[in-house]
Amino acid sequence: MAGQGQRLNVVPTVTVLGVIKARLIGATRGHALLKKKSDALTVQFRSILKKIVSTKESMGDIMKTSSFSLTEAKYVAGENIKHVVLENVKTASLKVRSRQENVAGVKLPKFEYFTDGETKNDLTGLARGGQQVQQCRVAYVKAIEVLVELASLQTSFLTLDEAIKTTNRRVNALENVVKPKLENTISYIKGELDELEREDFFRLKKIQGFKRKEVEKQLAAAKLFAEDQVAENFSLQRGISIHAAHNLLNDSQNDEDIIF
Amino acid sequence: MANKPQIPTKNSALIAVIADEDTVTGFLLAGVGNVDIRRKTNYLIVDNKTTAKQIEEAFKEFTTREDIAIVLISQYVANMIRFLVDSYNKPIPAILEIPSKDHPYDPAHDSVLSRVKYLFSAESASSRF
Repeated sequence: MAGQGQRLNVVPTVTVLGVIKARLIGATRGHALLKKKSDALTVQFRSILKKIVSTKESMGDIMKTSSFSLTEAKYVAGENIKHVVLENVKTASLKVRSRQENVAGVKLPKFEYFTDGETKNDLTGLARGGQQVQQCRVAYVKAIEVLVELASLQTSFLTLDEAIKTTNRRVNALENVVKPKLENTISYIKGELDELEREDFFRLKKIQGFKRKEVEKQLAAAKLFAEDQVAENFSLQRGISIHAAHNLLNDSQNDEDIIF
Repeated sequence: MANKPQIPTKNSALIAVIADEDTVTGFLLAGVGNVDIRRKTNYLIVDNKTTAKQIEEAFKEFTTREDIAIVLISQYVANMIRFLVDSYNKPIPAILEIPSKDHPYDPAHDSVLSRVKYLFSAESASSRF
């Protein structure tokens, strides 16, 4: 995978190491929280799904009943009620209100319907079949109730779907991109720091070695000098100077009389 | 956060209807019909003379209008503009498919439930883990 070997481009210092470690802790905590959020959202999602399926079934039934009562009304009040109803349309008396509900951190829309003013249906069914028309209206109002609830559920469903996808994307990004990057950066910095330390260590050892050699040389020289001194003192006690004896010896190379 | 869909908290929004004559009459009887000053209605009666283009236009208009929160559409009408309905993914307005007198409700074609069905099959596949 492309992200495996990548790391951030930083200067490998101890402070930067601390900063990156803090970021890794933040990323881990964020990852756990987001996973919990995703699980909670999925639970909500499943329950809404079940509700949607059952509501859709009941909606099918209710629509059938309403259609049936409309047919009854048509039969009784004559075919003309369609035109009368169409003529009577002015402003809607059934409207919906949308609210926002907060579910596990996601704002879900919820619809509720309300009646706003009186339906202008003065002339419908005056001639005949008024009661049938009323019943039909009641049936359709009930159908609208169920439909509004269904619409609510559906919008929440779609919004939740989006939210779950986004959260899962973030979880995966954290897990597969951000954290490995940070971990790689940390191991790189640690590696660099170790290497620097080793270089330092090596240099120190070398310098120590040099110093020790210097000291040993000096010690040896000092010892030689000290031995010389002791020998000189002995010879002085015996009346001759070794140095002088040496000089004599050296000089005697030019004197033919002395034969050793 | 960025690009979170704005869900307006409205106090009054209409219900639009695209269906056959009887269904629309029923809903108008209940009181969802609205005609504003410019003679624009929030319903469209579909009969066998209505072309798919007209239905498309009405659908697009209803979904872009600010004051419509729910669009009720008959399933057989939805089948005519299936591609538009399926590619529609905004949460508001909500698109609901309703059965009509001649065409009983068929959950196999419902755009939302078809997404759910894939989820169901995905669920049964993932439950193995």
